[in-house]
Amino acid sequence: MTTLEVKDLHVSIEGKNILKGVNLKMKTGEIHAIMGPNGTGKSTLSEAIMGHPAYQVTQGEVLLDGVNILDKPVDERARAGLFLAMQYPAEIPGVTNAEFIRGAINARRPEDDPMSIRAFLKELDKTMSVLDMTEEMAERYLNEGFSGGEKKRNEILQMMMIKPKFAILDEIDSGLDIDALKVVSRGVNKMRGPEFGSLIITHYQRLLNYIVPDVVHVMMGGRIVKQGGPELAKRLEDEGYAGLRDELGLDIKLVDEEA
Amino acid sequence: MADANQLGLGGEYKYGFKDNIAPILTTGEGLTEETVRQISAAKNEPDWMLDFRLKAFKRYQEMELPDFGPDLSVLDLDHINYFRRDSDRIARKWEDVPADIKKTFDRLGVPEAERKYLAGSSAQYESEVVYHNMRKDFEDLGIVFMDTDSAVQEYPDLVRKYFGKLIPPSDNKFAALNSAVWSGGTFIYVPKGVRTEIPIQSYFRINAGNSGQFERTLIIVDEGASVNYVEGCTAPNYSQDSLHAAVVEVNVLRDAYCRYTTIQNWSDNVYSLETKRARAQENATMEWVDGNLGSKVTMKYPSVYLNGEGARGTMLSIAFAGKNIDSDTGARMIHNAKNTSSSIVSKSLCKDGGRVDYRGKVRFGRHSDGSFSHVECDTIILDEKSASDTIPFNEIKNGNVSMEHEAKVSKISEEQLYYLMSRGISEEKATEMIIMGFVEPFTKELPMEYAVELNRLIEYQMEGSVG
Repeated sequence: MTTLEVKDLHVSIEGKNILKGVNLKMKTGEIHAIMGPNGTGKSTLSEAIMGHPAYQVTQGEVLLDGVNILDKPVDERARAGLFLAMQYPAEIPGVTNAEFIRGAINARRPEDDPMSIRAFLKELDKTMSVLDMTEEMAERYLNEGFSGGEKKRNEILQMMMIKPKFAILDEIDSGLDIDALKVVSRGVNKMRGPEFGSLIITHYQRLLNYIVPDVVHVMMGGRIVKQGGPELAKRLEDEGYAGLRDELGLDIKLVDEEA
Repeated sequence: MADANQLGLGGEYKYGFKDNIAPILTTGEGLTEETVRQISAAKNEPDWMLDFRLKAFKRYQEMELPDFGPDLSVLDLDHINYFRRDSDRIARKWEDVPADIKKTFDRLGVPEAERKYLAGSSAQYESEVVYHNMRKDFEDLGIVFMDTDSAVQEYPDLVRKYFGKLIPPSDNKFAALNSAVWSGGTFIYVPKGVRTEIPIQSYFRINAGNSGQFERTLIIVDEGASVNYVEGCTAPNYSQDSLHAAVVEVNVLRDAYCRYTTIQNWSDNVYSLETKRARAQENATMEWVDGNLGSKVTMKYPSVYLNGEGARGTMLSIAFAGKNIDSDTGARMIHNAKNTSSSIVSKSLCKDGGRVDYRGKVRFGRHSDGSFSHVECDTIILDEKSASDTIPFNEIKNGNVSMEHEAKVSKISEEQLYYLMSRGISEEKATEMIIMGFVEPFTKELPMEYAVELNRLIEYQMEGSVG
């Protein structure tokens, strides 16, 4: 079992404070969801954990099995077991999807013992069929010309091939129709098990019908303001974020709210 | 550079060296009319060729250095040796070959015997067996493939008809110089309707004729014929000559096809100033695939004169300028007939203070109705010390044409690096992956063994670019 703990995390971007002390603790075998209105810092949390250079941690720690990872470069964090399915994955022309995924797997193995091409292709085929992806997706250049839905599936494909300890899924449901949502959920549910944990960021409850979380966190104004079980997500869907904010007596302006 | 078996040519391929060095014949340093006469006499040339050389020499003396591009004033043209019999070259000692060149050979896995040849430490590199087998196959098809000196003797009518017609000596100072003192180079004639899939590679010809400073290549692809010619090699070619000024003329006649692939990697003491030009007649296609990796200075702008209706011309190039390298390259597409099309795709990389510029020209003449050109220049600058410019020039004399131009200069994108690294790939590997992806449109057009070697070479040059 592995633990991931975020302690009093403060993060700013371009001098603006976005996260104002986030605390969160999870273990492999669990699925947590983070919900919250737009502009509340959900994506900032995921990028800061992964180590995007534009996000500055001004205070706090992120501990993986008790070890602070914040002073480690991005690739080391990934090899230590973290994965982030990104909202806007970069396009890499000239590098095929298959070549890239194999490179990522081999980065975790000794240099003189890369995964054989045969074994790799077998697993890739199998995984792609779970996600209803056509074979040609393996030979296309990474994310180049992919539709929104193809990008999301491809993020999940990478997750399933790399098998991280913790996968953060940043709005993996945005822009997906119901069929694609089911496919993506099928991929995540297949990963579920004692060696895998996931932190799912979303602002709709719909995804959580397909991937039922163990814990739901609600984030507002750069902090986690409430925790609960799956029923908390349903309540938010019915009552909206404003209701919860007023109940908690928070002085936070919601981005989408009329002035 | 691969051995014969890798190239699928079969047959036995023996490495070996000749030890019977012929008596030295050299014109010594400097250039006078007498030198030009000596060169022509040494080759037993017909009078018309001597005349051609002498007129060219006169032009050379009158002409100025190019008024654009890299500084050539440091070239000491009076202290260059303009002619040596190839087999007379004194081999340098292997111990004198610079260590970094030796190291590159190691990394590329260049065979032992070939290294010595490339490093200039062997007078002869025995490729004649392969060359002769290859020549036999081509002869059966009626294809002529030999060095240009021999062609002057054996096919005087053909040579005289085409020689110096696309690139007259007056074209530029170095074309004039080449015309006066040329030696060696490749001559290819493909008869009407003959199409061959096997690439013709100059590599196997070089020793049979002269390799060297002032190569003169002439290619004629007759009507409906097709040829794929590959010259050069990826491994660094250590030359003791500081100036290389080749001239290449390619005639692609009606309905014919020619692809001319060059990979050039001279050592960084060399000025490589080349003039390459092709003409494409009615419905003919000319494709340049051009890679430049070394040289102190490179100036090279292969062109296609689209002279027949429906002719097509393309240029796909890559330039990699490392430390002490100034690469000024590009292409020219001259649309002289209706419904002609051209495409230029230029990829450039620079690092460690290298400079890489694209200089290109597209011209639509008065009679170019319905013609189209697409130009794409992509550059990645890998560090603060390096620089790049894109210098396109368009001249449009006809209203009924269309042209697209895209240029992009960038650094390695932080978003791309972050993405690859977030999957556990190290910064160094990720950078390499992005660069390999960047050059992929070029490498995928190369014969397999060249592509593999080019990738290895870039990998090697990219080492230590991070951190």
